[in-house]
Amino acid sequence: MADEKKPGLLEKGGKLYWLHSSIDAFDTFLRVPGTVTFKGAHVRDGIDLKRVMIMVVIALVPAALFGMYNVGLQTSTLYGLDWGFWHMFWYGLLRMLPLFVVSYAVGLAIEFASAQIREEEVNEGYLVTGFLIPLIVPVDVPLWMLALATAFSVIFVKEVFGGTGMNIWNPALVARAFLFFSYPSSMSGSSVWVSKTWVPALKDVDAVSAATPLAIAHDGAFDAATGAVGQYSFMDMFWGFIPGSTGETSVIAILLGACLLVWTGVASWKIMVSSLAGGLLVGWLGQIGGATTLPCYYQLVMGGFLFGSVFMATDPVTAAQTETGKWIYGFLVGALAVVVRLWNPGYMEGMMLAILLMNTFAPLIDHCVVSVATSRRAKKAQTA
Amino acid sequence: MSNNLDLKKGLDIPIKGVAAPEVIKSVSPDIVAVKPTDFAGLVPRLLVKEGDAVKAGSPVMADKQRPEILFTSPVSGKVESIVRGQKRKLLAVLIKADAKQEYAELGAKAPATAAEAKELLLKSGLWGALIQRPYGIMAKPEDTPKAIFVSSFSTAPLAANTDFVLGDALQDIQAGIDALAKIAPVHVSIRKETQSASPFHKLENATLHTVSGKHPAGNVGVQISHIAPIQKGELVWTVSLLHLAAIGHVVNTGKLDLTRKVAVTGPGATRTGYVVCLPGTPVKEITPVPADIRVVGGDVLTGENLGADGYLGFFQNQLTLLPEGHEREWFGWAKPFRPNVHSSSWCYFSWLTPKKQYDMDTNLHGGPRAFVETKCFEDVTPMDIFPIYLIKACLAGDIEKMEKFGIYEVLPEDLALCDYVDPSKNEIQAYIQKGIDLMIKEMA
Repeated sequence: MADEKKPGLLEKGGKLYWLHSSIDAFDTFLRVPGTVTFKGAHVRDGIDLKRVMIMVVIALVPAALFGMYNVGLQTSTLYGLDWGFWHMFWYGLLRMLPLFVVSYAVGLAIEFASAQIREEEVNEGYLVTGFLIPLIVPVDVPLWMLALATAFSVIFVKEVFGGTGMNIWNPALVARAFLFFSYPSSMSGSSVWVSKTWVPALKDVDAVSAATPLAIAHDGAFDAATGAVGQYSFMDMFWGFIPGSTGETSVIAILLGACLLVWTGVASWKIMVSSLAGGLLVGWLGQIGGATTLPCYYQLVMGGFLFGSVFMATDPVTAAQTETGKWIYGFLVGALAVVVRLWNPGYMEGMMLAILLMNTFAPLIDHCVVSVATSRRAKKAQTA
Repeated sequence: MSNNLDLKKGLDIPIKGVAAPEVIKSVSPDIVAVKPTDFAGLVPRLLVKEGDAVKAGSPVMADKQRPEILFTSPVSGKVESIVRGQKRKLLAVLIKADAKQEYAELGAKAPATAAEAKELLLKSGLWGALIQRPYGIMAKPEDTPKAIFVSSFSTAPLAANTDFVLGDALQDIQAGIDALAKIAPVHVSIRKETQSASPFHKLENATLHTVSGKHPAGNVGVQISHIAPIQKGELVWTVSLLHLAAIGHVVNTGKLDLTRKVAVTGPGATRTGYVVCLPGTPVKEITPVPADIRVVGGDVLTGENLGADGYLGFFQNQLTLLPEGHEREWFGWAKPFRPNVHSSSWCYFSWLTPKKQYDMDTNLHGGPRAFVETKCFEDVTPMDIFPIYLIKACLAGDIEKMEKFGIYEVLPEDLALCDYVDPSKNEIQAYIQKGIDLMIKEMA
């Protein structure tokens, strides 16, 4: 057992001191640390970051499971393979597993090493990041690219700032942005969203075009009479039977996760609600202004909008921290995402960049909110 | 009553071991300690030596910078020994009590002026009970505060019930208010929930405020921040109801009597209840201390770890006994249910059992991390401040920002719940104290 070796070996100067962060991480993963309070309050709440982070992972599970099924479903439908439910699910599960393994292996290795260098305990933040990354990339993304993107994001977006809690941008989104700008051919277009690499029968078949509804709508193929975007009806998009990044397609699965996050208070409902409001408002303005024929609520069910609003924009570290700031931040995330979708001819998905941009501005929003509040307080004191 | 304050934010920690309102014993201790460490900002000068005879109320030590501030013995007896720590720092003066108590005559006379009131406090040894805000240090005799605030109740976990402890000292409390009112206007807050039953709503010569809410609604600092926020350059004094009664007792009888009912509480206590004793009484005479139990002087949020061989402090009228939480729970954070662990977060299921009281121990329940969740601080801080910004300004040592975010209004005790709720296990009270220490140094 890990803790029996502790005296000597793992203490400073001991032979295995260079491993102490890693061994502590496994040890405290299994058992609550025996540390007692030594200053400040003598009793403490049962909550810790491990519990907070695992809640986010649990909230992601419905989206992940549905995504795995959908991976199989899209392949089966597109190539006419006529698979059953379990076949689709197993295909998706096996297809996704390597992505999870790579994401966690690369990210955690860097996390452990940096914790060791800083002589701190290993932080739990990567539990969530590592789960998010496979869900927001195309399923057929080459593993070496994923490894590179993960390493880049964990090192340059998180560790150089001091680890979880210190980062400015959401690391999972930066990993996606890294892929997007470095390897655009594997990350966008209409042939990357449906997996065929693992189906032996399809080895020599050329990739078939399977554009996401977002791309179809962008090209103007919206049927106002039936409400369908290309071959996909609104309900297809709502349930998630559409091509796209694994985790982002199903509104219903994401909403399940959102319920858990809001219920436990881990993510801010204010950010989620204001982000949806921002998206709807700009979507509506675009519709009446003639930029699109799509009804505004379509913006919420297509692409990564909802997934971003629920799981990415609400990251407590990179989002605005004041309660008023959260309303502003969320609203701007949603609004900007749809602005990019509607008024940018070259690029149809705006959520990723909208969140990263607002991550950058979140401290400024907070600064303004806090300045206004403190000057109001000062004025109140003068008149009192 | 028009001065009404309803506080929505806060948290009552559901810890087991509340003291039922009954006196279980009276202790006449053999040895009593006078501890200079009880008073924030005090550099003591010793006025007695081993073997000297003292009476209850005769001086034992004085403030080095302001020698008019005296600290007196709570008992009559002989100075048994002087306890010093590293660098000969004075830790305690131990006094062996006489069998029959004699009191130094302090003169039973209601002060007519502010100067007389100050004089009375200085020579009786009760000046140290006056706390100055900002900074939470001992008040200075040359200052005149804007107001003097008293909270007549405590909302802290398992705190002594002041209605029971001091309900029969109403005359003394009134005399104390009358004396302090010569110095500055006195404000007294009363718990709204028990207002009609509270003996304190009959107090006169003071502005009464009713306050309702969860902890920290009973903290005088939280009340001040709503009643009359402290601005830069302003001074406010606070005094506990316990010491207000002691001041009044001197006015009424000319004798210093610090005898108090001390609440013995907590999940580690073999028997909870109230013990009548003096400050400086050895902990072991007040309550038996089983092995591996921490004795906290005060409440679990702000109290001092006295140790089984310690002595009750000047300001304390509560002991909380807590089991040390060395035990390591398997898969603690991963278990769906942890029925014996309380959490205010909805990531656990404590919300299902709102009435349940928990056998808490001193386990940290996690490891220290960077700030991640920060809304939890606001939820337990019923003040018009941004806790996380204030905390970060204190950590950064940025005086200007600390001022802007309200450092003048808070003491660590007002943000003590942040210690409790933080999933990242930061020592918020220590950070705030660090900021206050820096302010004292820079503003001096």
